[in-house]
Amino acid sequence: MSSAPLPGAFAEIAEEFLALTGRDRLQLLLEFSHDLPELPERYIAHPELLEPVPECQSPIFLITEVEGTGREAIAHLFFSAPEEAPTTRGFASILAEALDGRTVGEVLDTPEEVINSLGLGEVVSPLRLNGMAGMLARIKRQLIEKAG
Amino acid sequence: MTIPADPTPALQEYAHPEKLVTTQWLADRLASGDTDGLVVVESDEDVLLYETGHIPGAVKVDWHLDLNDPVTRDYVDGEGFAKLMDASGITRDTTVVIYGDKSNWWAAYALWVFELFGHEDVRLLDGGRAAWQAEGREMTTSDEGRPAPTTGYPVVQREDAPQRAFREDVLDFLGGPLIDVRSPQEYSGERTHMPDYPQEGTVRGGHIPTARSVPWGRAAAEDGRFRPRAELEAIYREEIGLDPAEPTIVYCRIGERSAHTWFVLTYLLGFESVRNYDGSWTEWGNGVRLPITHGVEPGKVPAR
Repeated sequence: MSSAPLPGAFAEIAEEFLALTGRDRLQLLLEFSHDLPELPERYIAHPELLEPVPECQSPIFLITEVEGTGREAIAHLFFSAPEEAPTTRGFASILAEALDGRTVGEVLDTPEEVINSLGLGEVVSPLRLNGMAGMLARIKRQLIEKAG
Repeated sequence: MTIPADPTPALQEYAHPEKLVTTQWLADRLASGDTDGLVVVESDEDVLLYETGHIPGAVKVDWHLDLNDPVTRDYVDGEGFAKLMDASGITRDTTVVIYGDKSNWWAAYALWVFELFGHEDVRLLDGGRAAWQAEGREMTTSDEGRPAPTTGYPVVQREDAPQRAFREDVLDFLGGPLIDVRSPQEYSGERTHMPDYPQEGTVRGGHIPTARSVPWGRAAAEDGRFRPRAELEAIYREEIGLDPAEPTIVYCRIGERSAHTWFVLTYLLGFESVRNYDGSWTEWGNGVRLPITHGVEPGKVPAR
């Protein structure tokens, strides 16, 4: 079975991760976790607008916004996760870097395999990686609802 | 035992006070530089927490990645464990102090696995990572003070029987002292996983027939430390009616929260025989011909 090439941003992130091994790969995930953008003020004041992601081990909440309609609309992603959950923050940060500002069509076409292509299964365990799949699934569902 | 037990008076009321150390004891020991024969191990739910900062000199052991064999769906074998110990600078007579996040769930689980291999002296840091941090004690991201790898940890045959229960054991045990330590919602079958936790693919919700519900957290104080012995006795002996002389089995979802209760019953209350059913609800909830009970009552032993 041949797999399709990864969408651009994921290909770059995967290259970064796969160039490293073991502890260094984990360090890169930690750097991602530090780089997770802060939640904008309008959501800090209204945490109830965010959707929880129960597939993650630690509490994380996300919300999407779209500019325009249909597949050409631009998708924006926002996440909230506590400092003491660095793995979850790292996952969110990867998705933010790869997908924020892309078109809704591009996000919807992102295959779930991207999550297993980053070489993270062996450093964080496949079970923990389920959390990232849960986030991607929720992002897609929200975008379908919001982009019409 | 290589290193004398922590003499802190508050610990002495427990059945086996030598299985716990206080944050002050560990901090003093590290500050004195007298760490010969001692290795501190961090074991967390979040696999990156250690990298954000850990107790100086601590090594990381991850339950998922280091202690499990994904092919056999079992713990590592004697060779795998010896290799991990050598890499962690732990010899057979090293005193190991384990701490972690989430009130020491995973630390207790790691301790339980160390004991499957008969490692003599393994202790928990009371209160775990959260207590250490809350007291503003030193954390570092540096490898300095980390023990150098050692060689020659013996290849020990894992001995499961005394402290590990399998599904067949549990099936034969229905009606006996069986404790479900999950949340009340998981016990009743309203949900199959912890609130806000990953769905781990359990098909049925409910509990093992006749199991009593005692959520693990009842044994922990707000600061993550274990509750005083009298409070623990009031829960497990008076309220639930458990008898320390009677063999007891505990379970949860994948065995991590029940390792916490296993530690409480075995070492804090001195129960003679407690086994952790680590297959727990992820196995039982999906198992063919394994009966379950819905609702808040323990239920009856099903006819076989």
